[in-house]
Amino acid sequence: MKLYCLSGHPTLPCNVLKFKSTTIMLDCGLDTTSVLNFLPLPLVHSPRLSKLPSWVSKDGTINLEKRELLDLSTIDVILISNYHCMMALPYITEHTGFTGTVYATEPTLQIGRLLMEELVNFMERVPKAQSATCWKNKEIQRLLPGPLKDAVEVWTWKRSYSMQEVNSALSKVQLVGYSQKVELFGAVQVSPLSSGYSLGSSNWIIQSHHEKVAYVSGSSLLTTHPQPMDQSSLKNSDVLILTGLTQMPTANPDGMLGEFCSNLAMTIRAGGNVLVPCYSSGVIYDLLECLYQFIESANLGTTPFYFISPVANSSLEFSQIFAEWLCHNKQSKVYLPEPPFPHAELIQTNKLKHYPSIHGDFSSEFRQPCVVFTGHPSLRFGDVVHFMELWGKSSLNTIIFTEPDFSYLDALAPYQPLAMKCVYCPIDTRLNFHQVSKLLKEVQPVHVVCPEQYTQPPASQSHRSDLMLELQPPPMPYRRCSVLSLPFRRRYERIHLLPELANSLVPSEVKPGVSVATVSAVMQSKDNKHTLQSVPKPPPAPPSKKRKRVIEEPPEVLAPKPLLSGAVPLEAFLATLHKHGITEVKVEETADGHILHLQAEDTLIQLEEDGTHIVCDNNEPLRTTLRDLVLRFLQKL
Amino acid sequence: MPEIKVTPLGAGQDVGRSCILVSIGGKNIMLDCGMHMGFNDDVDDELEIKAYYAGHVLGAAMVHIKVGSESVVYTGDYNMTPDRHLGAAWIDKCRPDILISESTYATTIRDSKRCRERDFLKKVHETVERGGKVLIPVFALGRAQELCILLETFWERMNLKAPIYFSTGLTEKANHYYKLFITWTNQKIRKTFVQRNMFEFKHIKAFDRSYADNPGPMVVFATPGMLHAGQSLQIFKKWAGNDKNMVIMPGYCVQGTIGHKILNGQRKLEMEGRATLDVKLQVEYMSFSAHADAKGIMQLIRMAEPRNMLLVHGEAVKMEFLKGKIEQEFSINCYMPANGETETVSTNPSVPVDISLNLLKREMALGGPLPDPKKPRTMHGTLIMKENSLRLVSPEQALKELGLNEHQLRFTCRVQLQDPHSDPDTLHRIYTHLKSVLKGYTIQHLPDGTVMVESIVIKVSSSAEDTNTKVLLLSWSYQDEDLGSFLSTLLKKGLPSGLC
Repeated sequence: MKLYCLSGHPTLPCNVLKFKSTTIMLDCGLDTTSVLNFLPLPLVHSPRLSKLPSWVSKDGTINLEKRELLDLSTIDVILISNYHCMMALPYITEHTGFTGTVYATEPTLQIGRLLMEELVNFMERVPKAQSATCWKNKEIQRLLPGPLKDAVEVWTWKRSYSMQEVNSALSKVQLVGYSQKVELFGAVQVSPLSSGYSLGSSNWIIQSHHEKVAYVSGSSLLTTHPQPMDQSSLKNSDVLILTGLTQMPTANPDGMLGEFCSNLAMTIRAGGNVLVPCYSSGVIYDLLECLYQFIESANLGTTPFYFISPVANSSLEFSQIFAEWLCHNKQSKVYLPEPPFPHAELIQTNKLKHYPSIHGDFSSEFRQPCVVFTGHPSLRFGDVVHFMELWGKSSLNTIIFTEPDFSYLDALAPYQPLAMKCVYCPIDTRLNFHQVSKLLKEVQPVHVVCPEQYTQPPASQSHRSDLMLELQPPPMPYRRCSVLSLPFRRRYERIHLLPELANSLVPSEVKPGVSVATVSAVMQSKDNKHTLQSVPKPPPAPPSKKRKRVIEEPPEVLAPKPLLSGAVPLEAFLATLHKHGITEVKVEETADGHILHLQAEDTLIQLEEDGTHIVCDNNEPLRTTLRDLVLRFLQKL
Repeated sequence: MPEIKVTPLGAGQDVGRSCILVSIGGKNIMLDCGMHMGFNDDVDDELEIKAYYAGHVLGAAMVHIKVGSESVVYTGDYNMTPDRHLGAAWIDKCRPDILISESTYATTIRDSKRCRERDFLKKVHETVERGGKVLIPVFALGRAQELCILLETFWERMNLKAPIYFSTGLTEKANHYYKLFITWTNQKIRKTFVQRNMFEFKHIKAFDRSYADNPGPMVVFATPGMLHAGQSLQIFKKWAGNDKNMVIMPGYCVQGTIGHKILNGQRKLEMEGRATLDVKLQVEYMSFSAHADAKGIMQLIRMAEPRNMLLVHGEAVKMEFLKGKIEQEFSINCYMPANGETETVSTNPSVPVDISLNLLKREMALGGPLPDPKKPRTMHGTLIMKENSLRLVSPEQALKELGLNEHQLRFTCRVQLQDPHSDPDTLHRIYTHLKSVLKGYTIQHLPDGTVMVESIVIKVSSSAEDTNTKVLLLSWSYQDEDLGSFLSTLLKKGLPSGLC
């Protein structure tokens, strides 16, 4: 069993597991931090941005976390854990010869589709500057200014995919439900478990009858909107692959939420606008729910909230129909029937409005001061670029970062100098080190595999030994492009005895509570499933004139007899011989046992602790009698 | 012999009620409950339940129950043809020991749905055109929504003005349910729900009991569906006397209900008291009921490939007919127990065992890349039964694991032979003879003066008295018993003279 690690990003993993002749890709996250190397894509022409000293201004190029470590066309299945971890899917399934199946839950598929659609839309709706690739040449890259000069492996940066590629990639997705067991080629069974992080997010169990691998990706133990994490099903794993821990181990999500609300209220009261760069699904649902409770008490009842994204409407609508993927509290609402999320009410009462973009209705209905939720959190593309240009100059306005994926200082760099206030309250609900060590104590995996980043404290806080995984035995770290041999040996495999064979077995007890039976059977293997059936009886010999010849045929198949065990006790054996009419026995003691001389039959039987030797004349009836008498005292295996 | 017992308590040869008791692998399960689809629920360590989409009403599911290697599928009500708001029932080739299917429409084979819909719309349209009123008795959820969507789109397309009413007052709430449970509807509705929710009707309004007396045409959906009580019956009584009006029964009616009576052509109905009601309005029956018809039931059997079939929900006579058809087409047993009658089906489960990978791999390697069906290879192993585990290992490994010593049983057989040759020549003659008789065995003539057949050793020495009498010593272990016994018998007969 091997693990190929194609991504070094701990929260955007991409690993390939080879297990029992199946090749399974676990997630394909897309690391978009490389867009920070590009200038923002403005929706309207910006004289300021175009005057900046720049080397290239083109659409966001994206860093694909994979390398030709293995042939992508050999991948049988891809298991997706949550919608953030599937953004590279078109790069894997399109133009690579991939012919496999992708497994994901319904919310993961639908929201993943929305996020991809949004990304494509962001890229395609702005007129493209000429694209350049020559700079990726190492010689030229060397001459470029920093930090681009120092960017590694720029040749893996790829152009954004098209909607056509997205549709084609997503057509390969097969939907699964939590705990549903999916058989892969009869060899392996995979099953998603609720991971509590986002709508439809899952951890995966990959198991055969005797081995169990748990794949833990972005998981959360906090009570937010998704169904709680299923921890008990992770128990008894041989290997647990651990990825997607919180990126903000020192920031408490609840505290951040409080800070978010108070900064928001403060800015609005002072007559400023609030900009929240965010993804179109996920934490935004919790932010809206929090604001729903907060608006009245903070006297913000008249402040308009805008959610601007090409998929804003779909995201809000979809969130309401996935009741079975929600936490219990929200699930029970739909039986009333009421929408599970309170943002339905915010929309109904006109407090929250959503628009596909800043063009069209929004420009005529837009009132200030207001709160705008919009993407993309990198501040390099999407409607957020426009608001940065619009509001950046005034110190009344505030930008509040809630998404943890990008460094807010890097994100803001091209907008400097900035008068706008910046608040950084990253909300990352994924497991922190404290929670994960408690979890691992609970589920007791034999081995833990994790990104190397988790095995040492972060570089900026090297003294914080609590910000790393400390386990016994220590976890097996992986880095990008490493190939790990997972340390467990398969020893057993499932086989089925057909009823007829099972009924014919004769068990005998060798020790108290332990019985054995000799099995002689014909094995059949089909679709990686094995069965044993009774040896078919040879067809009756055709009536032949030369009957005698038939007897002379040598035995057809080599049918070895069972192994024997035990010892033949002298006294009992002599008694048995006596019973069978063999009375003249001369017993002679030797170093290792006894020699019995059957005088009338002129036969020697050598009895020893671990062997019996019968030496006789060619007298088959006698020999077989003696054989059977000896066998009475022995175990057959 | 393991067996599964099925006892219908309220669904045997009966329609409408439902309760079935199943005993499987030591578990008793009462059937009829709703659950999530595509979910395996491990109820306890041994019992596993999986739900499949049934397409009968929103949220309807078929359940697959598994204990060990025994399994039962219970369909509940299901529909094999997709409609305007639900998808078709589906199941994989799960090969259950018993498939328990409803058979409400055991002998019906319905014509194409499109024809039925066109027929329905034509009749409604004609009645409305001539100023008549149309009553459609329905149950609150399910067919009602289906027919609403049908009429809504028709009204829209034909630009009709006659009012359509929905009686229960539940409309709003029912439609809200549909909106929140949109993932259970069919693909088309799911795909477009963000832009346009199919359950927000423009033409269909809530009904008030006073509307029944309004003049002019109208269409009313009223509950319940079999005209046995409630609002649908009240409206029916009001409208029955006018031959311009029409009642359309879109589903099955149980015996004894007014719905059943008028469908059978009864034109005079006895009402409570001594009153009679003359039925003058037109009575139409159109099966829009979302149950599988005979064709659908057969289709499901083909999908699931059960070993036994058991029919519930239906009328005995019709079930008998379907039973015959199933037994003929699939050659499986088909049962149809009455209420309270227990049907026992014995199962023949195979026994799962853990085979040591060494043994399996050795066997696969010896078997070659492709199995030869004519010459099956026999595999030998030892099954160790300890506590609750069953493990199949090679005999050698079993000895080692159980801490047992091996006991060697050997035979040495003296065979006297008349052969006037020198000892080495005799040995060579034996070698040549065996070579010609034993095809497919390894036979070696070793330099130390022995012949080996597989692991059987043959030596030659001359008798002290007579050099022409040779004494052959054959020595073999118990593992080669068959071959050793054969050889000693063969050599006793002497060597053929033609050997060189």
